[in-house]
Amino acid sequence: MSEGKRVRWELTLLAYLVAGVMFFPIFWMFLTGFKSEGDAIAIPPKLLFTPTLESIREALTRSDYAQHFLNSLISALGSTALALLLAIPAAYSMAFYPTQRTNSTLLWMISTKMMPPVGVIIPVYLIFRDLRWLDNVWALALMYTVMNLPVVVWTLFAYFREIPQEMMEAARVDGASIAQEVTRVLLPVSGLAVASAALLSIILAWNEAFWSLNLTSAHASPLSVYVASFKTAEGLFWAKMSAASMIAIFPVMVMGWLAQRQLVRGLTFGAIK
Amino acid sequence: MTHRSSLSKARPETIRPNTLWLLGPAMLVLIIWTQIPFLLTIYHSFRRFDLLNPERQGYVGFGNFVSLLTDSIFWTSIGNTLVLVGAVLVVTIVVGLFLALLFYQDFPGRALARTLVISPFFVMPVVSALIWKNMLMHPVYGLFAWAAQIFGQKPVDWLAAYPMQSIVAMVSWQWIPFALLLILTGLQSLSKEQLEAAKIDGASAWQEFRYIIVPHLAQTLSVVVMLETIFLLTIFAEIYASTSGGPGLATTTLPYLIYLKAFAEYRIGVAAAGAVFAVILANIVAIFVLRLIGRNLQATKGGMG
Repeated sequence: MSEGKRVRWELTLLAYLVAGVMFFPIFWMFLTGFKSEGDAIAIPPKLLFTPTLESIREALTRSDYAQHFLNSLISALGSTALALLLAIPAAYSMAFYPTQRTNSTLLWMISTKMMPPVGVIIPVYLIFRDLRWLDNVWALALMYTVMNLPVVVWTLFAYFREIPQEMMEAARVDGASIAQEVTRVLLPVSGLAVASAALLSIILAWNEAFWSLNLTSAHASPLSVYVASFKTAEGLFWAKMSAASMIAIFPVMVMGWLAQRQLVRGLTFGAIK
Repeated sequence: MTHRSSLSKARPETIRPNTLWLLGPAMLVLIIWTQIPFLLTIYHSFRRFDLLNPERQGYVGFGNFVSLLTDSIFWTSIGNTLVLVGAVLVVTIVVGLFLALLFYQDFPGRALARTLVISPFFVMPVVSALIWKNMLMHPVYGLFAWAAQIFGQKPVDWLAAYPMQSIVAMVSWQWIPFALLLILTGLQSLSKEQLEAAKIDGASAWQEFRYIIVPHLAQTLSVVVMLETIFLLTIFAEIYASTSGGPGLATTTLPYLIYLKAFAEYRIGVAAAGAVFAVILANIVAIFVLRLIGRNLQATKGGMG
């Protein structure tokens, strides 16, 4: 083997090793989800064991788990739909009808994303309390909409900006209204941008835990709150905890794998060229 | 890069839609739920408001700020916040840079390996906290305890003995992928020819790294530092689900302290004063990021903005 080949080999091996180390905690949790409670805390740790679907079945059949899962779905999908509804017209107008103020408007929107949630939690909590919105999944979705709107606007705007003006003009000459122009011309060619903005927004909302912990308690709490409740669980229910966590993170992890590149672009707001 | 020809700029004004209707709803939502609440936070920071005793309300001037600034707990939490952010920045940037150089190489199975490496970023923070707290760091049944025994060491109760270091390890694990992805993006614009030329001139790998790669990545690294700082300043769920700010105050950061003041002690005024500090802290960094983003916006818009 030549010198260069060997270095290549070593680098490849090192990369695999690093990947294994980084992924190991997740892998270990997946494994624990298929163990009995006894195997889950066995010392030495068991790599080989008789897998059981007990914990997973229990997680899936518990009525409250289904409720939390549903709350996660509603808050993530609902907020994403609402964010798109608000962001598409905004990004369209900024990309195709820029004015003197467009850049500063966009920067201001991005700046709201940089506001720490603790900076507004107190008034938001008090307003929600007075409106009877605490522990309401749609109210939580509203906060997620606010949280993700700048990211969604930015992702769409960056894409719309690259679309040739002439395409839109052709539709306009044919007498299309703005709504028709957006739905018939713009959206069909921006499927990728809309999909990546949606994925990003779903991932961020699904994993969020500051708002959900502070604004929901029982009825409306998503999976993040349910999983956090294991922190005080008496006894060691690692298999149950792992099974519940596994089902909670799996859908979003797959989305993350699909949206690696868009994720970077969406979260950096064009700060890295 | 701009598609805006001067022709398209000369659209007749008559068909220019009223952009307020398009932009307005999004702006309104952001104003109602970010700007107005922050103003209300400032308002509350000058008032006494105790949820347990709501009758005793009123203007107290800088009273909340004084009681916060003279409370050693506040300074402990600021210190913890800076240590957490600083340590995680160092770890994620050093490891992220190393990994980015590794994954910049072409090798079979690179896409799969990269996918595995970045996975921690997509794990719910509360789940990460529980994996680390229990399956890895548990003093009796944790993997680390078992590993320690194999090497003839005494098992350590990591979260009790080294709380901050443990949180730093956990949060770094989550944020290494972010640093890696950003640095990889920065590396993609590095010219291969320049690296080849340096090789031909007999540059060592270290010289290549020191004189070509690092200068090229300077801006990328500064963006990683700034964005990560903004995101890390708001870390909450990891601490909530693992140590609850303890033992003692060892892992109580500013967001966690504000949460305690507001939702455990019900002292809205003091919590609001703390929140004002949290926003100031974040803004110190955000101003620089926004300036950079603004510059890039101007550059790509071909002076249209």
